[in-house]
Amino acid sequence: MLCRLSLKNIKKSIKDYAIYFFTLILGVAIFYVFNALDSQTIMMNVSSSTQELIELMMNMLSGVSVFVSFILGFLIIYASRFLMKRRNREFGVYLTLGMSKRKISLILFFETLFIGVLSLIVGLGFGVVLSQFMSLLVANMFEANLSKFTFVFSSSACIKTIIYFSIMYLIVMIFNTISVSKCRLIDLLNGSRKIEKIKLKNPYLCIIIFIISSIVLGRAYYIVVHEFLTLQEASDIMIPIAMGVFSTFFIFWSLSGLILRIVQSLKRYYYKGLNSFILREFSSKINTTVFSTTIICLMLFITICLLSACLTIKNSMNENIKKLVPADAMFSQNMNMDKYYDDFRKYGYNDLQIKNSHYTAREMFKIFDFDITSYFKDYIEVNTYATHDLTMFNTLGSKLNDIKVKFPFLEYDSMETIMKISDYNKVARFYGIKEYSLKENQYMIIADFESMIKIRDISLKNKEEINLFGHNLKPKYDSCQEGFLEMSSNHINAGIILVPDSVVDEEYLIENYLIGNYKTTDKDKITKIEDSINALGNDSKANDYLLPSGSTKLAIKEATVGLSTMVTFIGLYLGIIFLISSAAILALKELSDASDNKERFRILRKIGTDEALLNKALFREIAIFFILPLILAIVHSIFGITFAMNILEVFGNEELLPSIVVTAIFLIFIYGGYFLITYYCSKNIIKERY
Amino acid sequence: MENVLKVERIEKYYGSRSSLTKAIDNLSFEVEKGEFVAIMGASGSGKTTLLNCISTIDRVTSGHIFVDGIDVTKLKGNNLNKFRREELGFIFQDFNLLDTLTAYENIALALSIQNVSVSEIDRRIKKVAVDLDIKNILSKYPYQISGGQKQRVASARAIITNPKLVLADEPTGALDSKSARMLLERFEFLNKELDTTILMVTHDAFTASYASKVIFIKDGKIFKEIHKGDSSRKNFFDKIIDVVTLLGGDLNDAL
Repeated sequence: MLCRLSLKNIKKSIKDYAIYFFTLILGVAIFYVFNALDSQTIMMNVSSSTQELIELMMNMLSGVSVFVSFILGFLIIYASRFLMKRRNREFGVYLTLGMSKRKISLILFFETLFIGVLSLIVGLGFGVVLSQFMSLLVANMFEANLSKFTFVFSSSACIKTIIYFSIMYLIVMIFNTISVSKCRLIDLLNGSRKIEKIKLKNPYLCIIIFIISSIVLGRAYYIVVHEFLTLQEASDIMIPIAMGVFSTFFIFWSLSGLILRIVQSLKRYYYKGLNSFILREFSSKINTTVFSTTIICLMLFITICLLSACLTIKNSMNENIKKLVPADAMFSQNMNMDKYYDDFRKYGYNDLQIKNSHYTAREMFKIFDFDITSYFKDYIEVNTYATHDLTMFNTLGSKLNDIKVKFPFLEYDSMETIMKISDYNKVARFYGIKEYSLKENQYMIIADFESMIKIRDISLKNKEEINLFGHNLKPKYDSCQEGFLEMSSNHINAGIILVPDSVVDEEYLIENYLIGNYKTTDKDKITKIEDSINALGNDSKANDYLLPSGSTKLAIKEATVGLSTMVTFIGLYLGIIFLISSAAILALKELSDASDNKERFRILRKIGTDEALLNKALFREIAIFFILPLILAIVHSIFGITFAMNILEVFGNEELLPSIVVTAIFLIFIYGGYFLITYYCSKNIIKERY
Repeated sequence: MENVLKVERIEKYYGSRSSLTKAIDNLSFEVEKGEFVAIMGASGSGKTTLLNCISTIDRVTSGHIFVDGIDVTKLKGNNLNKFRREELGFIFQDFNLLDTLTAYENIALALSIQNVSVSEIDRRIKKVAVDLDIKNILSKYPYQISGGQKQRVASARAIITNPKLVLADEPTGALDSKSARMLLERFEFLNKELDTTILMVTHDAFTASYASKVIFIKDGKIFKEIHKGDSSRKNFFDKIIDVVTLLGGDLNDAL
């Protein structure tokens, strides 16, 4: 009997709250898809290092899943409380008929159970279908060949989804039971008839609060964009974030009072068509929804930043590889380690390795009976030098104290890397990047790590002279020049001092580099070569001699692809969940308001308002509620993204626009879709049936 | 005098072929310009159905209704809405004021959906506020004023568009006797001084006694029609009570 009642209730309300079920199904599906990612990669032919990255990615994703389940859990609890409120009268009738509260709880229990099971089944089915498409995307990102299409089903992800969502539904049941046991009959019966008092806020107070909030918000923007380098600890960022959150709340709070006042003074506009009605509805509604509007605004803000930042990182990572990894392989060999015996002992090298450190990388390979150069089509060898007499203390010179105040976290006593100009030009020619020339008494610095460039430029601008091996050198340029030696997926060159060849004392040679291009371009053959180089580490000689450390294009590429895929998936996962959650909350709110407003629209119809005018009013009302948090979120995002790009500058930020476009497409489709569905459902609700 | 409303042999059936209910059965009458007509009848006599048909909220099964020469049974869609907002004024038992808007804005809405200019809206509201004695409550919200005041605001909204016909459905139904008397006096004023044509549905003899003509309906047909003529309101009230008694006393409990 109770079961049948529950079923009928669901059937009755499924039309009005289709959007809620739709969101639940989407949530389940997305949860499954991202947790089933690993099963899609199993049948792909990927290297072991990629496999490790996938494992790392899955660990990250399952951590994110816990967070996601919290968000979805809140959404479900919020929504079910909402749906409960709408049915107060129904419960009131049950109670007057003599049904016990326990039985009402039981009805709700059955309902939640049905909805839960239904959404899980449909959502999982949808998720399984969706994950087939996902495997294409995954294969594409890992640049793996998906030779034949295989249907994959991840039972572990399926079980995980069921467990997580069961817990969420269980919590909802508990919440429902508590709220039923707390309610009073009179409130249930009269709930919908309660006359809402319209409180108008003091306009002057609103203006003052609005101005103060705007100033605070502006200050927060300024901090994150212009003063981010002075943020000394990670926790310092919490200050502008808190400022942003509070000012967002108060801006919405004051806007609710302000907009009505402003438009009311524009009498010509206010008394036109249904404008007065729309605005009154708006201000009466926003009064009660300042908090949720704030939450939605912030969620949208996070979504926009997350999506565009993650996509940018992915794009620029791939872009960086092309630029920053111009050669196939680079091997570096520490030399003259005994000169800095204590330092190297500290790093964990043994006595023999330190003693036997007078070979170049090529010579060292020979000792291991490996003729590396026979695999190379062409190669170069260059050296770098270092001395305790030239540290950042010396290069920064007189500006040191000013800089130290601003950047206290830098290690000022680390040795600078020194390179002969001719050696560097050899590298530059090999890489195909810009070459430089120096006069006898000049030096220059090449770097590509933005934050370090900023610091070094202060001293260079000040024409800081350095003293090296008894020579006084003046800076040729008043800023760092573009360039790098070590291949990497990011801009990590914090600065190399280029000096005239004649200045350098060979005794201070510290590292030898061997850079080459393979004869072969075949990926499998290169893998074989690099595998045999890695195998040298198992040679018994490796205890006595230090093997050159290598960074190769192939290895860097694989690591980057893994990292960028991880970042993309986490961004997509969180972004979509945030987006559908906030859109669903808005949609539910508007739909339930539409049922409340049915009466108002009926009155408007009775006094002869055109159907078109009514629909327009409804459209505008819903549009305002969807757009208002979005506008502020976009403004937040402009500064948020700028900040994120500054922080993540090692990744480069050349590719911002395409990712913003992609983010916008996501927003328009998901958020806009929810908006349209809400509008059509609301239109259905206010439609008069006779 | 010209007819503002002419109801011609209308019928309204409810239900399916197997169980047919005749809510209105071959009913005809006329209302002249400047008349104040009350329609009386017991619950289920068909008076509200009649009003709904005239106000175009409901459709007749057969017959014609002419308002100022226009056959409203032929109107459709937006023409219907246009007709309703330009030619008719409504007063409902439960006021139907929008609770989010002030009294002033509620009245203004009837004009703003007709795209009347702001200055004209203001001028007309000021005038009607004097006529209906609601000047000092214009800036208040519905929840801040009494039932009688609400109904006068609703009346102001109904007449501000200068409609050909004002339709009132149990306007005193939700009011106490003092407020009801005050409202009806205003109706009398609107009718006498501003020549407003009013068609009012009620089952209260006292309310009906303010009209100049009372039409009694029973089982969807006209039972009797009486005119006030030159008699005093007290005499007219007695006359109405006589008919009510004749009708079967169903209405007595309403007194």
